[in-house]
Amino acid sequence: MTSALDRLDEQDLLDLSVGCTVLAGGGGGDPRIGVLMALGAIRRTGPVPLVALDDLDPDDLVIPAGMIGAPTVMVEKIPHGREGDVIRAAYEARLGRPVAALMPMEMGGINGVLPVAWAAIAGLPLVDGDLMGRAFPELQMCTPHLYDIPVSPLVVVDERSQVMTFETMDNIWGERLARNAVSRLGGCACAGLYPMDARTAATPMLAGTVSRAVHIGRTIRQAGDDPFRALDDTVGLYPLLTGKVLDVDRRTAGGFVRGSAVIEGTEKDAGRLVRLEFQNENLVAMEDGEALATVPDIITLLDRHTAHGIVTEHIRYGQRVVIGVFRAPDQWRSERGLATVGPRAFGYDIDYVPVEDRHARVG
Amino acid sequence: MPGSVDLRIGIDVGGTNTDAVVLDAANTLLAKYKTPTTPDLTSGIHAALEAVLGQVDQPIERITHVMLGTTHATNAILERRDLLRVGVLRIGAPATISIPPFSDWPDDLRDAVSAGEAIVPGGCEVTGEPIVPFVPEEVARFCEKVKGTAQALAISAVFSPVSGDHEQQAEQIAREILGPDIPISLSQGIGALGLLERENACILNAALVGVAHKVVHGLREALARNGIDPVAFLTQNDGTLMGLDYVLRFPVLTIGSGPANSMRGACFLADVTDAVVVDVGGTSSDVGMLLNGFPRESSTPTDIGGVRTNFRMPDLVAIAVGGGTKVAGTPGAVMVGPESVGYRLRQEALIFGGSTPTLSDAAVAGGRAAFGDAAALAGREELLAAALTRADELVAVATDQIKTARGPIPLVAVGGGSVILPDEIAGVAEIIRPENYDVANAIGAAIASVSGQVDKVFKLAGRDRQEVLDLACGAARDEAISAGADPRAVEIVEVEEIPMAYLTEPVVRIRVKAAGPLSQM
Repeated sequence: MTSALDRLDEQDLLDLSVGCTVLAGGGGGDPRIGVLMALGAIRRTGPVPLVALDDLDPDDLVIPAGMIGAPTVMVEKIPHGREGDVIRAAYEARLGRPVAALMPMEMGGINGVLPVAWAAIAGLPLVDGDLMGRAFPELQMCTPHLYDIPVSPLVVVDERSQVMTFETMDNIWGERLARNAVSRLGGCACAGLYPMDARTAATPMLAGTVSRAVHIGRTIRQAGDDPFRALDDTVGLYPLLTGKVLDVDRRTAGGFVRGSAVIEGTEKDAGRLVRLEFQNENLVAMEDGEALATVPDIITLLDRHTAHGIVTEHIRYGQRVVIGVFRAPDQWRSERGLATVGPRAFGYDIDYVPVEDRHARVG
Repeated sequence: MPGSVDLRIGIDVGGTNTDAVVLDAANTLLAKYKTPTTPDLTSGIHAALEAVLGQVDQPIERITHVMLGTTHATNAILERRDLLRVGVLRIGAPATISIPPFSDWPDDLRDAVSAGEAIVPGGCEVTGEPIVPFVPEEVARFCEKVKGTAQALAISAVFSPVSGDHEQQAEQIAREILGPDIPISLSQGIGALGLLERENACILNAALVGVAHKVVHGLREALARNGIDPVAFLTQNDGTLMGLDYVLRFPVLTIGSGPANSMRGACFLADVTDAVVVDVGGTSSDVGMLLNGFPRESSTPTDIGGVRTNFRMPDLVAIAVGGGTKVAGTPGAVMVGPESVGYRLRQEALIFGGSTPTLSDAAVAGGRAAFGDAAALAGREELLAAALTRADELVAVATDQIKTARGPIPLVAVGGGSVILPDEIAGVAEIIRPENYDVANAIGAAIASVSGQVDKVFKLAGRDRQEVLDLACGAARDEAISAGADPRAVEIVEVEEIPMAYLTEPVVRIRVKAAGPLSQM
C-alpha cells in the first residue's frame, strides 16, 4: 500500500493524470482538459488539500463529482470551471447543510483530475478516494449502489450553469434520466451524485485511490528503463500481451462507443492475436475464443515505451502496446459487485475469473 | 498554363542551405544544386534555379512545375522571429473560460505572438445549435482593443468544424473595424476537433502569414527573374502539395513539410520502404520512421515549438543537432544548441574563419568530415570532442524513440549536415548514405503528390454509415482533384471514423484523406 498524500501540487497533478490513464481501463477520456483546468486553478489557489474520511466529522457532507457524457465533446466544449461551486450550491440549497468536501466519482481518465480543479476553485478539500477505483460507463456502477445508497439527489449542471436535480426511484433511473439530460445538453455535462455524510461514505468508498493514482504516475515518471516492472512493484501488473494494434473498430450503439481492437503479438508474444472489446472502457480480452481477462479487472492498453495508458478514442493502428491487467477493487469482486459490473452486466455470457488465477505478474 | 507534367523543379529552402533538383516525368534526376540559404530568400531561390536550369540541356519552356519545400515557418516559430502579433479571439463563453488561450504555451513564444486575447459568448454544440447567443458587440469591443497592436487575428469557436457561423460573423465584424488587409485566420479551416489544439494551430497560422508572404513573394520573384512561368506549389506537412494562394491563407500547413519531403526523398533515393530516416540540416535534425514508403504519422497531437496542435504530421523526434548548431560551455559541461548559426555557417564556423564553435567544426575535428580549415580548431579539440559525443547521444536516443521494432533496422542519413553523424548507432543495422543524400528534401518535394482532406462531424440523420462515409470520401477526392490531382489516379489513402459517445442521435466524426499524382491532363 502506498502512503497517502495530504495535498496535491502541480507535479502531483501531472502524476495523477498519468495514473488515471492507467487505471481508466481505456475509458474516462483523455485527462488533459482536466489537467489544464486544475493547473490553472492551483496556480491561483495553491495546492488542494487531500483528506481522508477520518479527517472529517462523521456528519460532514461529501459530494462525489465528475463529468458525464462524451469526453470527445468536452475537448471542444470545455467546462467554465465553476461547476464545483454550482454543484455545491445546488446541494446546499437542497439539503440545507454545507458541503464539506468533494470527491472524484471515478479514478480514471478526466474524472480523476477534474474534481481537483473544482475543489481548488470552490475552496474545498478533496477526499482521497472514489466510487469506482477505475472508470466505468454508467452511474449505477459506483460502489454505493452495492449498499443501496441512493444516487439521488443527483445534480447535473452544464457550462451555462443550468442545474437539474433528479430524485429517482432507483439508481438505474438516475443513470437513464441523467444520460437523457446530458444528451440534450450537448453530449457532456458535470454531475454531483451519491451525496453522503462521511459516516455513510466510509463503507462503499474506495479509500486512498487519489494517492494511489499519483503514486502510479510518479512511479512511471521515475522508472527509467523498465516502467512495467516498476508498475508491477507499485500496483501489481498482469501483462497479457506485448504487441501492436492491428485493427480498431469503433461504433456508437446505445449512446456509448462500442467496438474492438485487435492486438498482434510481437517480441516474445509473436504469433498471438488478442481482441479487446470495449464499451468506453475495455470489457474483455479474448484469444482464440477464450476470455483472457474480463471486467471488473482493469484492462488497459499501455504504451509499450512510456507505460502510459491509452484511452479508447486514441487507439490507432500501429501503436506499440502492452495489454496490462490490474486487479479490480475487492468490492467489485463480490457477488453483488459482479452482478453490477461483471462480464454478464455487459452482456457477455462468461464467468469472471480473477486475473491472478490465470496470469502471472511481471516479476 | 502548361498542359502536362514534363520537367519538374524541386526546391528545398532550409535554415542553412537551399537545394534544387530537376526531375523528368520518369523521375530521373537531371540536375542538382546546393547553395547557402541567403537572408534574402529571393536571391537564394534565384541562384538555385539559375544553377539547375543551367545544368539542364533543355529549353526552359519544358519546366512545367516547381515545388518548393521550406522550413521557414518551423524555424520562425522555433526561433521566435518574423512572427506577426496576433489578437486571439475565442468564441465559447461561458464554456471554455477555465482554460484561456495560450494556457499551454511557452512564455517567450506567447510574449512574441500575443497581442491580447478574449473569450466572448457563442460557439455551438456538437449538433450545430448555438450554445448561447453570439454577441457581436463583444467581438467589436475586442477588435477595438487590439486595433493598432494586432497584426493578425486568430478566431476560434467551439465546435466550428461542425458549424462555422460564429467564426465567420466575427471575421466580418473584425474586417469592418480592422480593415480589409489584416490577415484573419479561422480555426474551422485549419485544425480538427479539439478546441485548444485547433486554436493553437490557428494562432500559429495567423502569426506565420508574414513569413508566408515572404516565401511566396520570394518564389514568384525568383521564377520571374529566371523567365519561367511554371505551376508553383509549396509542399505541406503530409508531403503533398498546396497552391500559392492556399499557402498565404494556411501557412501553418507548411510546418513539417521539410521532414515529410526528406523522408519521401530518402525512401526514393535509398530504395528502402522501412527505415529510420535522420535528416540533418543546419539548425536541427529530424528523426522519423519510414513505413511502406511513407512517413509514419504521429498518433498523438504534435508539439510545434512547445505548442500542442492537432495536425496530422510525420511522427518525428526533432533534436537541436545540425551542422550549424552552436557549441558552448566547457569540455566537462558542454552545451550543444539549441541555437544555430543557420545560414551564416560559412561566415561564423571556426573552420570557415569565424569565431563560433559549431557541430560542423566538431565533425571536422573528429575526422568525420573534411572541409574548411581544420587548423582553425587548434586548442578547442576537447570541447568539440565532448560536443560530438553529446550530439551522438542525442541522435541515438531519438533513433531509439522513433523505432517501432526492437531489432536493428536500417537508417537512412540524409541532409547536408548528415556528415556529422557517426558510422555506428546503437540498434541500427546499417547506415545508408545514399547518393544525392544532400538534396533528399528537394527530391521529395519534386515527387510529391496532391491531396485533399475532409475532417468533419456528420449527423447520420437517417442515413446509414456507408452513405455518410461515401459522402466524405467523395468530398476529399473532389478536393484533391481541384488541387490538381489526376482524377483517374486519386486514391483514398486514409479513413478514420470516431463515433461520439452519449448522444441519442448518432453523430460521427470522419477524417478522410485522398491523394494522387499531379494530373497529366
